[in-house]
Amino acid sequence: MTSSYLHAPGFIAGDRPKIVTSRFEYVDSYKIDRFIATGGYQGLRSALSRPAQTVHDDVKSATVLGRGGAGFPAGVKWGLTPQEVWPRYLVVNGDESEPGTYKDRLLMERDPHQLIEGCLIACYAAGLSQCFLYIRGEMAVAQERVAEALNEAYEAGYVGKNILGTNFSVDIVLHWGAGAYVVGEETALIESLEGNRGMPRLKPPFFPAANGLYGQPTIVNNVETLANLPWLMTNGVDAYTAIGTKTSPGTRMVAVSGHVVRPGVYEIVNGTTTFRDLIYGEEFCGGIRNGHALKAFVPGGGSAPWFTSDQLDLPFEGSQVGAAGSMLGSGAIMVMDETTDIPAAALTLTRFYAHESCGKCTPCREGGTWLERILSRVVDGKGTDADLAQLIEVGESICPGDFPHASNEALGLTAVPFPYKMTTICFVGPSAYVPVHSALTLFRSEFDARITKRTMIKVTAVGVSS
Amino acid sequence: MSTTESHNEAEIVVDPNAVSMTINGKSVTARKGEWIIAAADRTEDFIPRFCYHPRMESVGMCRQCLVEVEGPRGPMMVVSCMTPVAEGQVVRTDTDIVKRAQEGMIELLLANHPLDCPVCDKGGECPLQDQAFSHGPGESRYVEEKRHYEKPIPISGLVFLDRERCILCDRCTRFADEVAGDPLITFTHRGNNTQVMTFPDEPFASYFSGNTVQICPVGALTAEPYRFKARPWDLQQQESTCTTCSVGCRTVVQSSRDEILRYQGVDSDPVNWGWLCDRGRFNFQSTNSPNRLSTPLIKTESGLVAASWTVALDETARVLRHAQPGSIAILGGARGTNEDAWAWAQLADALGVDMRDAQLDDGLPAEIFGYPNATIDDACSAATVILLAPDLKEELPVLYLRLRGAAEKKKIRIIEITTHDSGLTRYAWKSLQYEPGHQAETVQQMLSTPEMQEQLGRGSVVVVAGRSNLSEAAHHTMAVVDTIATTVSQVSVLPVLRRANVRGALSLGLAPRGSTDAAAILEASANGKVDCLILLGADPLSDVPDADLARRGIAGARHIIAIDTFLNNSSAHADIVLPAAAYGEKDGTTTNLEGRVTNVAQSITPHATSRPDWMIAVELAALLDHDLDILTLQDIQTRITQTVGGFDGLSVSVAVRKNGILVSVPPISPLQVHHDAAVKRNAYEFRLVVARKLYDQAIGTAMSQSLAALAPGAGVFVHPHDLERVGAKDGSSVRVSNTTRSVILPVHASVAVTRGTAFVPFNQKGVDIRELLQATNGVTDVQIANIS
Amino acid sequence: MSRLTDAHVALANEIIGRYPRPKSALVPLLHLAQEQDGYITRDAMVHIGELVGVTSAEVYGTATFYEMFKFEPVGKYVVNICGTMSCALMGSEELMHHAEQRLGIKAGGTTPDGMFTLEHAECQAACTEAPCLQVNYRYRYRLTPADLDELIDDLSAERLTHEIPPHGTVAKVRQHIPSHRGVGVVAPELVTESPAWLNGKAAL
Repeated sequence: MTSSYLHAPGFIAGDRPKIVTSRFEYVDSYKIDRFIATGGYQGLRSALSRPAQTVHDDVKSATVLGRGGAGFPAGVKWGLTPQEVWPRYLVVNGDESEPGTYKDRLLMERDPHQLIEGCLIACYAAGLSQCFLYIRGEMAVAQERVAEALNEAYEAGYVGKNILGTNFSVDIVLHWGAGAYVVGEETALIESLEGNRGMPRLKPPFFPAANGLYGQPTIVNNVETLANLPWLMTNGVDAYTAIGTKTSPGTRMVAVSGHVVRPGVYEIVNGTTTFRDLIYGEEFCGGIRNGHALKAFVPGGGSAPWFTSDQLDLPFEGSQVGAAGSMLGSGAIMVMDETTDIPAAALTLTRFYAHESCGKCTPCREGGTWLERILSRVVDGKGTDADLAQLIEVGESICPGDFPHASNEALGLTAVPFPYKMTTICFVGPSAYVPVHSALTLFRSEFDARITKRTMIKVTAVGVSS
Repeated sequence: MSTTESHNEAEIVVDPNAVSMTINGKSVTARKGEWIIAAADRTEDFIPRFCYHPRMESVGMCRQCLVEVEGPRGPMMVVSCMTPVAEGQVVRTDTDIVKRAQEGMIELLLANHPLDCPVCDKGGECPLQDQAFSHGPGESRYVEEKRHYEKPIPISGLVFLDRERCILCDRCTRFADEVAGDPLITFTHRGNNTQVMTFPDEPFASYFSGNTVQICPVGALTAEPYRFKARPWDLQQQESTCTTCSVGCRTVVQSSRDEILRYQGVDSDPVNWGWLCDRGRFNFQSTNSPNRLSTPLIKTESGLVAASWTVALDETARVLRHAQPGSIAILGGARGTNEDAWAWAQLADALGVDMRDAQLDDGLPAEIFGYPNATIDDACSAATVILLAPDLKEELPVLYLRLRGAAEKKKIRIIEITTHDSGLTRYAWKSLQYEPGHQAETVQQMLSTPEMQEQLGRGSVVVVAGRSNLSEAAHHTMAVVDTIATTVSQVSVLPVLRRANVRGALSLGLAPRGSTDAAAILEASANGKVDCLILLGADPLSDVPDADLARRGIAGARHIIAIDTFLNNSSAHADIVLPAAAYGEKDGTTTNLEGRVTNVAQSITPHATSRPDWMIAVELAALLDHDLDILTLQDIQTRITQTVGGFDGLSVSVAVRKNGILVSVPPISPLQVHHDAAVKRNAYEFRLVVARKLYDQAIGTAMSQSLAALAPGAGVFVHPHDLERVGAKDGSSVRVSNTTRSVILPVHASVAVTRGTAFVPFNQKGVDIRELLQATNGVTDVQIANIS
Repeated sequence: MSRLTDAHVALANEIIGRYPRPKSALVPLLHLAQEQDGYITRDAMVHIGELVGVTSAEVYGTATFYEMFKFEPVGKYVVNICGTMSCALMGSEELMHHAEQRLGIKAGGTTPDGMFTLEHAECQAACTEAPCLQVNYRYRYRLTPADLDELIDDLSAERLTHEIPPHGTVAKVRQHIPSHRGVGVVAPELVTESPAWLNGKAAL
């Protein structure tokens, strides 16, 4: 059965393999003594007792997928740096803010040493000579826990000069943001770390691995990705790949929120667990609240096109979810039950992305807000047919061509696979359109009803009726 | 004797880095590393754009220039301003999806853009307006409330910002940061609220602010002197060359109804890359000034009174005819055209005038042109640039931009030898500060260090040489230039004398004969040896560093003839004043600091009865029975081409109207090097540094109402520790004195000033520091006393 | 209007010293200024520009990009109620209405006594614990209107000062790199060689 720890709000342990959450059961899991007593820094010792290249090779052959959203293998990413260009930097992306996502904060608050150990292994393996650990500005406790852990680790000789008495020396600098979702995008993160406005750079030419922080080769890794490395080093590649599937080995942390019986953060086996397991399984969320029916769910954070019950049996695996018209993203499922006011729910996401646009490129800056305004009018019952058509028009200015969506038997829709073409620099602009497109495609009748009725519906809540 | 065609289209074809690609099915040859949009600009297929600017780093943010490029997984949509060309690349700018994207972008850009084109200064020359017609959807479906901001707000004395019109293309902000190095405007706020702003209550005080107005693709930035003055379709324009300083930036002069209304920068690859400084851009106002001289003036008992040209020229001829042989002197000529200078030199030759100097003891001797000549491009691609020059940001602003850009891109290393921090100090590889008088020592020491020797051995070395300190003798700098030129290999010299056509005037016959330079002429005049002093656009009382010498020289001249556009300090003392045509009122050519001859164009008729200088010389010669056989400007150009070495390319009139032709003239006279031993300074005293700021009381600035207020005013600047030593407060008054005289000035602390020296800006409103300067002294030491 | 205090300047210089380029310290220093004054003053921006070697305009451009920085005084407690999807699905709009009524201000406003500023926030990474809010960036989860009343009572009575510092202070623990342990910073252009441990041998 499930167990939960009050000191780790939201986390539901369950009886499953644990790679990154194994210490969450301890109240003092963030202290160095507890960390060391539970095998902490053994992965680092194991790594340092081998040449750096073999550590890198292990990470590559274990196929540790990036947990930030794109799912790119970390070992391959490390290998993209140009030959003989020094110094190289590690930037840790702890700017978790994708709607629905709640995992990196837990990892930073509950097991900061594990993250530090992961950073050290990455720096050792890829020859990165300084690490910047960027934590979202609003995460006060995560900043405190990581700061304290770093202070402990420096004093204990795990970070800094001549780590464990070796020639491996690296500083880990705690850096913190100040509130901007877009900074979670890796090039914007680098801009922010350079003291600039967090506006994404164009890739190419600014692929961080070649041209990142201060123009130097830079590896940007997500917190959860790095948190996998100590276990991998301690237990070996075979043990790691024995969990999950060949293309998606290991585990993933997934946050399931919204209208389920037991919303929570779960460490699940990668690649095999299905959305049905997660939403309805007794060891997971236990179904939809109050016996209601599922209406729709967002499978991979606010940027992901929506699924309905037609997609419940898909496993939590990138390529299958992509083919079905969405993405796994950052491990965040948001569940909407039958009471949900779909246009209003879509508006909460579109408003988010419009608000979080950095303003750099035209389609996102202008298009996001335009979408929000039209949708807002529609939700307020003041929309027209032309408004609905205009939502699509604006969307096509952001994403010309076919836009991904799920199949739907009742509506006779076949899936359009992910990804989309976009006129923007990064995915924030398209993400403002994603909920509009999904909602209009799958629940058009709800929009039509708002418009044709011409009633002045005053919506005060988004499906809160129980 | 070389004539160089500097712009050569054929280079593109033979480039070994050529790549072939196709754009819309047509094959195009491009250069490796070039962006797609730049390659497309050489074809007929125009790609719309707003943020892209060929002289700035691409940012790819307006997204207007999206095109499709064939990739392994089908066509990919990319921004053409930030995607490099590649061998075999297939680019399409005309597919449905590209058109959809481009139309969508225009619609999105127009969403919040006010449709106030009829009252917008940009209307008619607006890239947004033009491209909305050529690449837009034809209508806007945006029915929401547009963004509102207070409009327009002045962000400096010269520039207004209307944030509602702004499309956030990052051109102005990028220019300020990347090109000008003055990041005083920036994006603020975020997302849909993003706007361009200064720091609250801190103006966009950049010497280059006008460029942001020119490159703004909408009417968000407007220049105060042009606001609501004209519509673009009413403007006539002539391509010309700015003659505010000797950089020689290419411009277009735009006028309407016989009035100059605006200058815009033109992109000349070897010179200004399209940029202008604000002084050069806005001082056209002086041409339109009501204070211009309208008729000749003749001194009477009741002062200067208007006279006809006939009377004035007859009177001038009479004065010249009656002058003792060898007692006529000509000062000036560097502000006119090559043709003006040549005609006056011919007249001077005819009258046997030996006393002539185009400079006013405020530059370097003409011998500086005797060293191997460097161009601006040479300096910007040299391994090492040695600055022995005034603060280029203050005196030759666009040269500063070029060098700053080259240093920022790590193309050159600058070694600066200076008396105080200059605009280029922060970009210099090494900045060596010296106390006036110790320049030679500093350079000797520098040349002896292994690090410097290694650096100077890395390739070509360009010495940028000018008069950095008006209270230090010019021969100090000359000696140092000579030392470097004779001890370092691969040296060439870029002389940075300030007045626009100083190089042309000196080359075409207005250089001193022997050692009789401006100071010597004024001394002779003070001693009663000048019967007639001709001031050819020269104002010694304002410009000669030794104020007392200038005063004595003016007082001692028996007759003074002034040819000028305004009545100034010196011409007010003249017996006869002849009104000259100003810039924009006459055709001709000018020679910039590197020896590049370009045209200046007539855009409007000369003010009132004023005439070009050359015409006055020709008429006087005729009256004096020395017919120069000149009827037209073309006659002069033909004669220059035939008779002046190096100027033979002048006949290539097309070249002169583009990037110009480079002329080189043989050394005017061999250099006499004086090596003075460094003079010791009394520890209680300050060694004086006097140099120009961009804005001062120069007539073109003072008579341009939007520039006049920008001059900082007189003051003395010392290091904060020295201010403490003096016991004065910042802003309080101090007495600055040499052994014989003193002036009272406000004092300011500045860390840019070397300890033990005092910096005083030249020719500022207020007390004149020149009272303390003596031409015969190598350096000037002063005492500073707190009097408050 | 205040510049950074001497103690904060010392701290600022310590922070600047951790980065190969001083400008990287800009956001941390702005936090320091906000910690000092509760919001970012004009003088603080000028001072920070001097410390990291950029113009005030550049400081301003960076500062205004980020949500957390305030340029006018705000309440001692800034209450951020999340309104993004997961929280909206679980009733955050009711919570906001309740908060507005209880505090007598609209979202974006500050109570006349200067105690509370109420803001609509976007996703705070506590989606499973919806609806959630932050008070000066300290979480409260799964709030009912009654929970909100209790929270406001506690804050008004200063019963939570041990946990929730006044607005401006985010983390109460700072990183400190002991000088004998730190590797130190080298400007990237001065690094030409690969790190010592990339020698093909095991470090341990």
